[in-house]
Amino acid sequence: MNEPKKKPIQKTRTPMPEQDPATRGKSFDEGPLGYSPEQARLEAGRCLQCKKPLCVAGCPVKVDIPGFLELVCRGEFAAAARLIKKTNALPAICGRVCPQEDQCEVECILGKKFEPVAVGRLERFVADYERENDLIELPEKMPPNGKKVAVVGSGPAGLTVAGDLVLLGYEVTVFEAFHKPGGVLMYGIPEFRLPKEIVEAEVDYLVRLGAKLKLNTVVGKSVTIDELLDEAGYGAVFIGVGAGLPVFMGLPGEDLGGVYSASEYLTRSNLMKAYLFPEYDTPLVRGRHVSVIGGGNVAMDSARTALRLAAESVTIVYRRSRQELPARDEEIEHAEQEGVVFRMLTAPVAFEGDQQGMVRQMKCLKMELGEPDDSGRRRPIPVEGSEFDIDTDLVILAVGSGANPLLTKGTPGLGLNSRGYINTHEHGRTDKPGVWAGGDIVTGSATVIQAMGAGKEAAEDIHRYLST
Amino acid sequence: MPEIVENTELCPDIWQIVVEAPDVAAKALPGHFVIVMADQQGERIPLTVADYDPSAGTLTLVLAVVGTSSTKLSKLEAGQQLYALLGPLGHPSEIARHGTVVMVAGGVGTAPIYPIAKAMKAAGNRVVSIQGARTAELLFWEEKLRAVSDQYIVTTDDGSRGRKGLVTEPLRELLEDDRQGAIGCVYAIGPPVMMKFCAETTRPFDIKTIVSLNTIMGDGTGMCGGCRVRVGDKTLFTCVDGPEFDGHLVDWDGVLARQRIYVAEEKCSMERYARVRDEG
Repeated sequence: MNEPKKKPIQKTRTPMPEQDPATRGKSFDEGPLGYSPEQARLEAGRCLQCKKPLCVAGCPVKVDIPGFLELVCRGEFAAAARLIKKTNALPAICGRVCPQEDQCEVECILGKKFEPVAVGRLERFVADYERENDLIELPEKMPPNGKKVAVVGSGPAGLTVAGDLVLLGYEVTVFEAFHKPGGVLMYGIPEFRLPKEIVEAEVDYLVRLGAKLKLNTVVGKSVTIDELLDEAGYGAVFIGVGAGLPVFMGLPGEDLGGVYSASEYLTRSNLMKAYLFPEYDTPLVRGRHVSVIGGGNVAMDSARTALRLAAESVTIVYRRSRQELPARDEEIEHAEQEGVVFRMLTAPVAFEGDQQGMVRQMKCLKMELGEPDDSGRRRPIPVEGSEFDIDTDLVILAVGSGANPLLTKGTPGLGLNSRGYINTHEHGRTDKPGVWAGGDIVTGSATVIQAMGAGKEAAEDIHRYLST
Repeated sequence: MPEIVENTELCPDIWQIVVEAPDVAAKALPGHFVIVMADQQGERIPLTVADYDPSAGTLTLVLAVVGTSSTKLSKLEAGQQLYALLGPLGHPSEIARHGTVVMVAGGVGTAPIYPIAKAMKAAGNRVVSIQGARTAELLFWEEKLRAVSDQYIVTTDDGSRGRKGLVTEPLRELLEDDRQGAIGCVYAIGPPVMMKFCAETTRPFDIKTIVSLNTIMGDGTGMCGGCRVRVGDKTLFTCVDGPEFDGHLVDWDGVLARQRIYVAEEKCSMERYARVRDEG
């Protein structure tokens, strides 16, 4: 066996093969193709195997990164995947959608002088290797302890809680309002960034571990949290329902046909598979000139989806400058490579439609940046007399989200903050005894892995609570 | 998955589906709706609860066949399953003692009107029902509705049953004749145009008029905003803020326009459905 560590350090990361941007922008197939075993070993060999690994400290679920990289170096790919799964039940997902550049990779010592180890790509590689080669093994479980835990919402936070508690011997039921589990992984993130087959496989792993799924059940309507605690025999409830409230801008013409919240647009395309219409029944307005309002990851996902649905032009319209775009650099690059146009320092003020009530034009103002606001970013200020029109027949509003009140309003005793998010104390405990919460319904929009981190912490605390 | 107990054609292109859904039936109230998917490729479509039997664990839904989704639902036979059923959703009707309530049902709107009329009657109201259809052949549940009404009026556009004309005519007369002000509330459920004109009819009399909207919908839990509607000076979501609203405040032109967003796609979908069915 060769010893890659003794060779001079490769300064740059091993590139990951990906589809050509020109064809990629037309296809819903996943863009990045993943490492080959050789590429993976080469990249993992760049790890310095630090004694005090800062990368692990940067990971919200504390994956043993040097440990799994060492196994990759040795070619023990399935063992590497299993090591990750001790702390992270969803590695194929996290390897794809985690912002590693802000978490593990930003801490990598190698990154001080060269490029950091591509931890995310390697996490993805080992998880894919294990799954594609049918090497998935179920870990040892604690014997059943007879205690029931309800998890509300089957997104990243809920799935993490379920995975951790099932291993500890709990009977866990995950309640999901949609007809498919996965939450934002299913309805929010597009196929080309996170193939649904992978979400299904990782959820299936949890089901094989023993987690139960109850789909088509809206907690708060079909059943209440008090009923789960008082009548159905659950000892604890974890709420991980996501933020789930679309934000509209309150502009004239916003209710025209062809104006969507990003949440509706993406749910139609991803969960309901409107991109396969008419093979699937759910339709979606297919714009020729698409405007996406906003500059976050959801805006990038929406823009890239619209592009794949044969739009002639897709423009991201953002009121601040390029520097303030909140999306991940990688997402911005991908969008740009595929041909998405960025129109910065621009804000819509009204939408105008045709006789049929479909949007046809957007009135905009140019903006300039003033003093920093509460968020620390420079405040956009309209430039007087700068009004201009953009012809557009599909508008997607990706300007953030709020707290969906459906569950929280119907749950007495749950403390909420002024914006409707759930107040939590240590380890995700809410004001209501026996109820924990984590993920976007606590923090507002954040990342998959942050939600998973919150789920992990809550699961540990639920275990302590139910063990005493 | 919820099993179909029976699926019968009440009249041409109007189907009554009884489905086994004990959890939903146990919680259903007049005014609630559910979301159903006929199959894995299906759309999520909202249907207002038409009847429910908690002891039998069944839910009754009535739908008019207009596009692919409703056609697929109409083809499901007893023993087959719905791919998905979610509910009950939305706010239930506010059942209160108003004195006299007028329940106006247009077309397939008879189905959701029925449980509300029944509950209004049980709450001690005098229930006056007006049931309208294009023609006699398209009337259904006349006996059911008559049985929970103190007064029952039927209209058809062509005069083939009851009074010839629209439901708004007897509605206006009832209001004009109501010198004591006994009528405390009007319910109007049916096609948007019918609800709009019912609301216009009652407006001069300043009588509270409740309508139930059946908009295009996605998740049904307030996540997408596809069902948004202007009500007074607010944008509300039919799924979580409705489905019932004050008919005098609804922006009907907006409702009608949003109903037409996918006209072209619906046609394309139907053509494909017919082609696939003929081939296979």
